[in-house]
Amino acid sequence: MRGTVAALLRKELLVELRTLESVPAMSLFAVTTFVVFHFALNRGSVEGDLGAGVLWVTLLFAAILGVNRLFVADAEQGGFDGFMLAPVDATAMLLAKMATLLCYLIALELVAVPAFALLLLGPSLGPSLPGLIGVLALGDLGVAAIGTLVAALAVRTRARDLLGPLLGLPLLVPIVIGGARATSPLLTLAHSAPSARWLVTLGLYDLVFGLIAYALFDFLLED
Amino acid sequence: MPALELEGLARHYGERQALSDVSLELEQGRTLVVFGPNGAGKTTLLRVLATLLRPHAGRVCVLGRSLPQQAWAVRGHVGLLAHEPLLYRELSARENLRFHARLHGVGEARVSELIDAVQMQARAREPLRTLSRGMVQRVAVARAVLHDPELLLLDEPYSNLDPAAVELVAPLIGAGAGRTRVICSHDPAGGLAEADVVLGLRAGRQGLLRRAGEVGAPEISELYR
Repeated sequence: MRGTVAALLRKELLVELRTLESVPAMSLFAVTTFVVFHFALNRGSVEGDLGAGVLWVTLLFAAILGVNRLFVADAEQGGFDGFMLAPVDATAMLLAKMATLLCYLIALELVAVPAFALLLLGPSLGPSLPGLIGVLALGDLGVAAIGTLVAALAVRTRARDLLGPLLGLPLLVPIVIGGARATSPLLTLAHSAPSARWLVTLGLYDLVFGLIAYALFDFLLED
Repeated sequence: MPALELEGLARHYGERQALSDVSLELEQGRTLVVFGPNGAGKTTLLRVLATLLRPHAGRVCVLGRSLPQQAWAVRGHVGLLAHEPLLYRELSARENLRFHARLHGVGEARVSELIDAVQMQARAREPLRTLSRGMVQRVAVARAVLHDPELLLLDEPYSNLDPAAVELVAPLIGAGAGRTRVICSHDPAGGLAEADVVLGLRAGRQGLLRRAGEVGAPEISELYR
């Protein structure tokens, strides 16, 4: 299983490296959105609840771009068939796709978080960075599980570009709420610790959707 | 034990019946050639045998295992050469083959051996999107036989190949390789030359099932009228 996941992940990253279809678009979208917020909010800086909301909503919509492209090469170039012909567990593809989306999200955040700090954030990010990384990691796990599930569901339909966000956004809203609430204290001048309640909520949500994705993924791949 | 046993196989897409009441038996090492006009159900039949589509009615046994219940046991023993090459355009021939080799638990040496066999050494590191359709088809042939499958499912395998390339891939997918084969073809003369058993499909129904020696090109041509 580990070898199969590694082979699939390697292939995914190679294809992304050659096409640059997902990560650059996600990053550019996030930076552009921050610029738009900068002018639309008509304030020099944001912090606390507003800052956390702006950050998480932007990351959510940028992530949707990656989710929509996650299975496109497999659907259009026979990747599903090639995989299904091999004597391997379908869970390997779920894990590889989740890991791929996770890599995309990390790459996105490497661009988006500094851009957010530079363009919008009032308080310095430095002291909050370890806490923010922890909250983002929890959020990313949930986005990866839900995003992979939704992308696999949508990719075989004709309206996949519409169906992905339509199915994904309602399921991802609790992650935005949990992520924003947990991030909010980090983005204040006091640099308080994130609320444990929201971290646990995020963790449980990740776990539930990880299990749902594991249970359903086989059925999504099979005819 | 026959390699293929079909009894009343049916498959539909929504309201449309793609295959209906197809029954046949094929011994191991033999070649079944399937003829029929476009939309007759040839590709659907191959996809059912490859475990990519579920049969909706009837009994399907591939290499002694029932489908769809034992599909997992059939996978890895079947090689499919479909209309689509099942290869990633952005990856090179070597990267594609290496990827499939890892899925099938096949070593790197086999990848190099097949790249040599289809004479793709010179272009093996270039993305597939830069290659001609014939070259991509050669790589697809290599992919289909990478894991040395017992059963080969070939959908118009020589399309896009020039005569030299046909000769090149013959040792891999030809009768001499000793595998059980199911070939979809539109070429009565070429198909009959390869066939042990001939199946004719018309609108998803079995219009003809004979031994190769008992059927001629005119009867095959009749299927297309």
